[in-house]
Amino acid sequence: MERVPILKIGSTLLVSIQVDLQDQSVQQLQEDVAERIAATGAKGVIIDITAVEIVDSFIGRMLSMIGSMSRLFDAQTVLVGMRPAVAITLVELGLTLDGVQTALNTEKGLRLLSGGP
Amino acid sequence: MEDLPIRAGDDVVRVRQQVRAVAAAAGMSLIDQTKAVTAASELARNTLVHGGGGAARIEKVTSAAGRAGVRVAFEDSGPGITDLDLALTDGWSTGTGMGLGLSGARRLVDEFSLTTEPGSGTTVVMTKWAR
Repeated sequence: MERVPILKIGSTLLVSIQVDLQDQSVQQLQEDVAERIAATGAKGVIIDITAVEIVDSFIGRMLSMIGSMSRLFDAQTVLVGMRPAVAITLVELGLTLDGVQTALNTEKGLRLLSGGP
Repeated sequence: MEDLPIRAGDDVVRVRQQVRAVAAAAGMSLIDQTKAVTAASELARNTLVHGGGGAARIEKVTSAAGRAGVRVAFEDSGPGITDLDLALTDGWSTGTGMGLGLSGARRLVDEFSLTTEPGSGTTVVMTKWAR
């Protein structure tokens, strides 16, 4: 199982998913994000899925849970970089990613977290 | 064409990669490839989690009208599905998912068939055609 690295920049955690996600990896990521928020007091989490070719119902549910969970630690989660084909497929699949906000890219995601326009 | 075993989480990833390769070879658009791969991912997970493991047969097919496509048959010898209508309902789930696996996969492909026998397993065949 490949583990997704979590970087910390200021009060933001940056998660860039570069591997072909298997279920255990995304489950592990959920635990890792929770531990890092608790340990660092991070206020925001950016999950970059630019390199992610598909989001199915399991992966979508896990991303959504990371968002809901980070809110319990007073942190906001922003999902950035979703590919158009992934977005279209998610809608047809019937998946709504509750718990996470979205932004087009990392830069806009950071701006969203800092409360900017 | 070969049978890919589905015994662990990384086998699901291999099924996705193989379906992607065949869908691309069939000349499908990126969006249709993504839909086919996503549906295959849902069905491969079902084979693993609910069927107790099994296999996927992935092939490039051509319709009578000459359209190319990808067909994937998932087979397991698990407990089968006792209430098929319920299993195909949005939001109904036995596991930890959101209950969109089977119903969502069916929406994402052009042809979908499911044969199940309680006690002796389930076979799901999905086909997606290039436009």
